[in-house]
Amino acid sequence: MERLGADRWVLRLRRELFASRTDGVITLVLVGLLLGLGGAFLRWALFQADWAVVQVNSTLFAVGRYPLDQQWRLWLLTSLLAAATGLSWGVLRGRDWPPNDRIAAVLLGGLALLVPLFLQLSFALQARWWAIALLLLGVRWAAGRWGNPLPPPWRRGLPLLWPVLYLVGMVLISGGLGLMPVRPSDWGGLLMTLVQSTFAILLCFPLGLALALGRRSELPLLRWGSVIYIEFIRGAPLITLLFLGQNILGFLLPGGLAPDRVWRAAWVLTFFAAAYVAEAVRSGLAAVPRGQMEAARALGLPVPQALIHVVLPQALRVALPATVGQFITLLQDTTLLSLIGLLDLLGVARTVMANPAFLGKNAEVYLLLAVLFWCCCAALGLGSRALETRLNPNTLSAARA
Amino acid sequence: MGAAGTPSAVTPWWRDRRWIPWIVQGAVALAVLVVVAFLLGNLVRNLTAAGLLLSWRWVGNPAGFDISETLLPFDASLPYWRALLAGLANTLRVVLAGLVGATVLGTLVGTASFSSNGLLRRLARVYVEVIRNIPLLLQLVFWYFVVFLALPNGRDALQLPGVVLARSGLYLGWFTDPLHLTWTGPHLEGSVWHAPLRLTVEFGALLTGLVVYTGAFIAEVVRGGVASVPQGQWEAARSLGFMPLQILRRIVLPQALRVIVPGLNSQYISLAKNSSLAVACGYSDLYSVAETTLNQTGRAVEVMLILLGAYLVIDLLISALMNGLNQLVQLKER
Repeated sequence: MERLGADRWVLRLRRELFASRTDGVITLVLVGLLLGLGGAFLRWALFQADWAVVQVNSTLFAVGRYPLDQQWRLWLLTSLLAAATGLSWGVLRGRDWPPNDRIAAVLLGGLALLVPLFLQLSFALQARWWAIALLLLGVRWAAGRWGNPLPPPWRRGLPLLWPVLYLVGMVLISGGLGLMPVRPSDWGGLLMTLVQSTFAILLCFPLGLALALGRRSELPLLRWGSVIYIEFIRGAPLITLLFLGQNILGFLLPGGLAPDRVWRAAWVLTFFAAAYVAEAVRSGLAAVPRGQMEAARALGLPVPQALIHVVLPQALRVALPATVGQFITLLQDTTLLSLIGLLDLLGVARTVMANPAFLGKNAEVYLLLAVLFWCCCAALGLGSRALETRLNPNTLSAARA
Repeated sequence: MGAAGTPSAVTPWWRDRRWIPWIVQGAVALAVLVVVAFLLGNLVRNLTAAGLLLSWRWVGNPAGFDISETLLPFDASLPYWRALLAGLANTLRVVLAGLVGATVLGTLVGTASFSSNGLLRRLARVYVEVIRNIPLLLQLVFWYFVVFLALPNGRDALQLPGVVLARSGLYLGWFTDPLHLTWTGPHLEGSVWHAPLRLTVEFGALLTGLVVYTGAFIAEVVRGGVASVPQGQWEAARSLGFMPLQILRRIVLPQALRVIVPGLNSQYISLAKNSSLAVACGYSDLYSVAETTLNQTGRAVEVMLILLGAYLVIDLLISALMNGLNQLVQLKER
């Protein structure tokens, strides 16, 4: 049995890598290149790179110049987010831990253990990260164990937890309601990137949906209005629009009404992404046969109800990959904020590297940012693919049966 | 029964099917008009107060700043419009070079994902997945600050056949005498390189970043196009005795082009728009010249109009070219 398995492996390797003479040569050249590059990279990362620039500035990268005595609010928000994630996860999956869940749990535990160690955080900070990871996994376990007997209205209301948490988070971050206000210009790093991208993602979707419906509308005024807006935005590079937001928005609104620089950028990102999301949704709408709308109308549903109950569920399912693709682009586009002087992750990186103590440490900092962005974007992509399979009509009917 | 024939007698006008579209459109038009009038009114009032009301006389004033590398001759005493024109020429240069480079790279990587070699196939996937999930701006600053600015100068410069990569620029060999095909490669005089063609590291970093980034997206477009050609076409060609590369070139790619060209169009346009990030690696493209101009003159509205107009024209040009190409490769039926 053992022998057979090994034979199969050899056969497979030969088929994959050495099927012909050219294939063999290509394989050898590639293996040589990979070994050389990988070796050089490892030598640099382990012996030459100076990770102090990341270790010393980890707080700056995480939250920017957020006041020290107010940072407990961000810890509280992180714990709330962890608990909510655990709750949703547990209720969704129930009592058992399928292999994917186990991998995710191990990854999470490993990251919570290793990353604070690598950053050489103080023991108090390390312990907080461990506690947050434990909280997430604990809530997931408890929710899986006791969450299922929850009465259906509770379970249906669970998704509402997230918008509520978003509002709570915004209050915690910016202050108000008895908390000391923290000016947006003091936010920075990952905090700024996440605030900007979540704000724009949440608002650009309804806006994009409205534009897509407008573009397919039979009313000429709505249609042409949407077309002009979408094509105008899609024809311009984002950086010119951000620049326009910073320089012209002040002239367009009466004095005092114009938002602060950070929020100006957030609104520009929102209006920019809406045009692209509109095109993604439009492709989904185009995939729904005309007969669906006609049938719904023939059954006596008014147009808005026919849209909500019949057309949109099908259209959005088709549009999901493209829409999430736009969200990923939006997350990446937040780096452009550094070009207009805001302190997002890349902006903070620029200020750190302008510090004479860390001059020339570009490679370390950029590598860190690249890994961070890659993980966030890849996670979004994976989530979208998982949602796609879940929403697939075949899977849905199989789950119901 | 008779009342059913005259719905207007029972239905109030605001629920009448004939009126609803006009009511909705009227309401939307009114709202848009009010908002636009409000914004424009503010704009005119604020601009008048600042003494910046729309005028184009400033474009004739001397620019007073220099541009480090230009295709068109330029110096600080020339007017603003010449500066903007030089910026536009720089943008067009990097966009054209980028289009060619990204197409070549994307086609190579896209077809590599159909190689019989498993390692090559997987490497192509890894390249696409890594590059697409990292922001372009981050990649541009990486290429500029970590790679190109770290190149050694003089004798230690990176020397390849016909090409020398140094901190002071990229030196390319070329035929100096086209009639006799005299080839002049890069050569060292003292500690300074000389060559028929020299590119700055700023241009090199921007071009590399754009090509590598857009190449990953084009690879996906090419992969989708090649995958759309039925498997039977490969098998038929193989049974006729074609070699693998021949099959790709003569049989598969011509059919795949029908799917690829529309996808390429949007990638080309996004490359043109992304070239505006040149400012991050110190290359003086249209956007970066416009930014300097705005900072010096304060003419926000006019500069924005120029910028938006210029990029719109570039987008439309690319679209027109690609639509022409699309008609060429489409299936011709009687």
